[in-house]
Amino acid sequence: MSRPNGWEVVIGLETHVQLSTRSKIFSGASTVFGAEPNRQACAVDMALPGVLPVMNAAAVDKAITFGLAIGAHIAPRSIFARKNYFYPDLPKGYQISQFEIPVVQGGTITIQVGEGEKAYAKNVELTRAHLEEDAGKSLHEDFHGMSGIDLNRAGTPLLEIVTEPVMTSSAEAVAYARALHALVMWIGICDGNMQEGSFRCDANVSVRRPGEPLGTRREIKNLNSFRFLQQAIDCEIRWQIEQVEDGHSIQQATVLFDPDSGETRMMRSKEEAHDYRYFPDPDLPPLVIEPARIEQVRATMPELPAAMQARFGADFGLSAYDAAQLTASLGTARYFESVVAAAGAAQAKAAANWVMGEVAARLNREEKSIADSPVSPQQLAGVLARVADSTISNNIARKVFEALWNGEGESADAVIEAQGLKQVTDASAIEPIIDEVLAANPQSVAEFKAGKEKAFNALVGQVMKASRGKASPAQVNELLRKKLGG
Amino acid sequence: MSATVASLAADLAAGKASALELATDALARAQASTLNAFITLDAERTLAEARAADASRAAGKAGPITGIPFAQKDIFCAEGWRTTAGSKMLGDFIAPYDATVVARGKTAGLVTIGRANMDEFAMGSSNENSAFGAVKNPWDTTRVPGGSSGGSAAAVAAGIVPAATGTDTGGSIRQPASFCGITGIKPTYGVVSRYGMIAYASSLDQGGPMARTAQDCALLLNAMAGFDERDATSLQREPEDYTRDLEKPLDGLRVGVPRGWLGDGVSADVRAAVESGLAQLEKLGAKRVEIDLPYSQYAIAAYYVIAPAEASSNLSRYDGVRYGHRAAEYKDLADMYAKSRAEGFGPEVRRRILVGTYVLSAGYYDAYYLKAQQVRRKVAEDFAAAFKVCDVIAGPVAPTVAYKLGEKTADPVQMYLGDVYTTLVNLAGLPALSAPCGFGEGGMPVGLHLVGNYFAEARLLNVAHRLQQVTDHHLKAPGGAA
Amino acid sequence: MPLSPDDVRKVARLARLAIAENEIAPTLDTLNRTLGLIDQMGGMDTAGVEPMAHAQDVSLRLRPDAVTEPDRRDALMANAPAAERGLFLVPKVIE
Repeated sequence: MSRPNGWEVVIGLETHVQLSTRSKIFSGASTVFGAEPNRQACAVDMALPGVLPVMNAAAVDKAITFGLAIGAHIAPRSIFARKNYFYPDLPKGYQISQFEIPVVQGGTITIQVGEGEKAYAKNVELTRAHLEEDAGKSLHEDFHGMSGIDLNRAGTPLLEIVTEPVMTSSAEAVAYARALHALVMWIGICDGNMQEGSFRCDANVSVRRPGEPLGTRREIKNLNSFRFLQQAIDCEIRWQIEQVEDGHSIQQATVLFDPDSGETRMMRSKEEAHDYRYFPDPDLPPLVIEPARIEQVRATMPELPAAMQARFGADFGLSAYDAAQLTASLGTARYFESVVAAAGAAQAKAAANWVMGEVAARLNREEKSIADSPVSPQQLAGVLARVADSTISNNIARKVFEALWNGEGESADAVIEAQGLKQVTDASAIEPIIDEVLAANPQSVAEFKAGKEKAFNALVGQVMKASRGKASPAQVNELLRKKLGG
Repeated sequence: MSATVASLAADLAAGKASALELATDALARAQASTLNAFITLDAERTLAEARAADASRAAGKAGPITGIPFAQKDIFCAEGWRTTAGSKMLGDFIAPYDATVVARGKTAGLVTIGRANMDEFAMGSSNENSAFGAVKNPWDTTRVPGGSSGGSAAAVAAGIVPAATGTDTGGSIRQPASFCGITGIKPTYGVVSRYGMIAYASSLDQGGPMARTAQDCALLLNAMAGFDERDATSLQREPEDYTRDLEKPLDGLRVGVPRGWLGDGVSADVRAAVESGLAQLEKLGAKRVEIDLPYSQYAIAAYYVIAPAEASSNLSRYDGVRYGHRAAEYKDLADMYAKSRAEGFGPEVRRRILVGTYVLSAGYYDAYYLKAQQVRRKVAEDFAAAFKVCDVIAGPVAPTVAYKLGEKTADPVQMYLGDVYTTLVNLAGLPALSAPCGFGEGGMPVGLHLVGNYFAEARLLNVAHRLQQVTDHHLKAPGGAA
Repeated sequence: MPLSPDDVRKVARLARLAIAENEIAPTLDTLNRTLGLIDQMGGMDTAGVEPMAHAQDVSLRLRPDAVTEPDRRDALMANAPAAERGLFLVPKVIE
């Protein structure tokens, strides 16, 4: 339901991206996920009396990295403020966050929406991205009717990335979220693990009649999968349109999406209008970012996907589709480039096909990331080289790849040698096989002679099979035709 | 007179006394005292610290003040010590870590005699806001010792300990020093680490030493001051020896006296004592110049916006979840918060939280908080201009001598007005001290307020030290009140 | 503008401070007198003055990204009013 009749949908996203630092944003406690409760909460994270925050340099650098990646303004001076509210998982009674002056201002992310003929590109403008600390967690399983508070997550650095309200469908919102997710992992600022909460979206949704001012928005909190994002937005749009069409007005609210019921519900903790009483945190002087620091960060940044796609087109003649596929993640792109570096640019198209095909399929089946691929780029380049020089056919190449994947050899050459997979091009070796096949398949021979081309292919297949794939298909074709007098 | 840090340090160095003897004597005085200067005494811990100091001396590792007994204001977290900040909220709180000031004191070999009483969360000017009872002024036990570091000042003035730590957010070191006739210095903001010092108003709070003499304050400040990576507002500076300029002559020193500071706002006895102090400085070669601090009249208003605003947020962590008082009965989470906080905090703390919450709330931020920050800028600019024509600024610390217990508790605003000469210094972040300059009504001590430019601690201590070489106000002790 | 009793209730609620009905009037009185003191600032023209949030004009010092805090859970939770299995316990939290 992308554009309901007679209604315009306006969506803005706020995404909380956990920055992949070793220590917390304001303390020296570890950020590793999954520790026993409160074992990674130090005195600062627990907000004991007297403790003070000290800013983590890596969190700042990761924010700068993001700003550079989206072409944003990096504020030379930004301010940490206190957002005051009471909640058991917020130990200080305030969250340290950037409010009036955020570190990253503006910027754009280009998204591809839809597939095939209806596909289109769109620029999503960002309002800002600001540094803040994550809260702890309330565990609701029963402790004699009480909740348990775990502060391990408290103080984990977050970059809250806010878009302008420019998306007009759940499809656009999901495309944006996916693009952002890929980008933050690409530039190495976030591990992207959505199950562990490293990447969480809030969606602000409103509807209006075309030409009318913006409707009242409702905010759907804590969407931690792309599927839920889509479902929640669609459900919210449907609900809002029904409300307005039934003559009700929309009240500003914060809601949670329940994937089981497919419905959104008001958050009880947010029923009361908040007055966060923001003011500059007196414990933290202004964050000043010198141009030299920005240049230092820039120098360590990887080439961005868009630039890489353009280069793949220009240098290797790859299609835009292929280039986009290969830059879906930095790991994939790096793997591809290593294969090409080892096999030569002439093999780029073949390398692309292998990376997007065989390699991706195997990784996917075994739920491995490309960094853990058992077949190294150099090994794959070895396979490509043997196909290129006709030592093996494409079919045999898959066998060799399989063997390498299973650790049955050090290199393509070693596997080919050990398993005797070298392509046979000697006519004197192939002809006896053809003779055997023809003798064993008089039916097919007769059919071919009666004009059925299909029968010829069957015979080729039989010959290939009998040669255990090693015969050169081209040569088999040629010799077979000769024998059949075709 | 009671012993000073310097004289005890000499005794310790000469082997004429041990840290254990000094601590045992001080503990006995503390236990016998009826001033209520201490919230917690823990003889076992004290004696362990004393033995450690003696052992360190025996090992040849003693520093200049190793083995000196002192009172620690109950606002500095010290591992294993009950640390209450004068509040029922933290009545059972045993600190699990050391404040940087505490750690530095341990390194220096100081021996904690006890935890000094204070106004709750350092909010108060009379020490009557302590959940552990008011402290009595040793000069007249019907009077207040000043606050918030009232226990520290009383313990030193009564000769229980030669030194104490204090904190000063709007005058909380200087005013009790003045009321109790001792010397106390608030350093430049950022010189003494705030890590582990329970926050009242973070942009104003600063720890410092309190003792009989300026020399003793310098010795203690040497141990307390220094960069701390755990405090983002701690300043990265070369370590200083604050005793280095003590003996410097005052010839040509320009002492600025703000116009109006010795006018109708100050009582005649205080004015006379301050004038005599100024006259002494002139005799020592100083030149008196009149200066103007035109915005200082708004400082107290700005202070009573900024300090409560920051406090309202700083005190949000006391919610009964992780430590501190939790109400015995409540119907749900919100009720637990509201009851625990209402029960755990005393009336003045609750008042300041309400004021701070109000001035930050939607619709009032600009008129109150932002405006106060603008006033703060103008106050700081006032001082910057003044220090172009003078080297130190001098005047009264408080409009009167110590008043009677209970005299101002009915009207908090009257009490606030007593901070008129001190709060502006905290707004600007400047160093300032109070040194005894005479006696006023009822034979109560009066302090001379000396304010310096940023990092002029050594200069201020120099001026006070020279004054103390030619006067004996600081040597007088209350008659057997301890 | 002086506060009303409702303002006091609202602010107390925001600050999570229980306040009994009979405390409202005296609280209102002292708050209004405190605001009277504060309102003296109104007499000062501060147009265009840069607000001053910190006592020192310094910029934020950045700490290297290193894990420096060991697990001290038992010591740090020793003051907890209610705890079980390493968690702080509070009345049921409803989201």
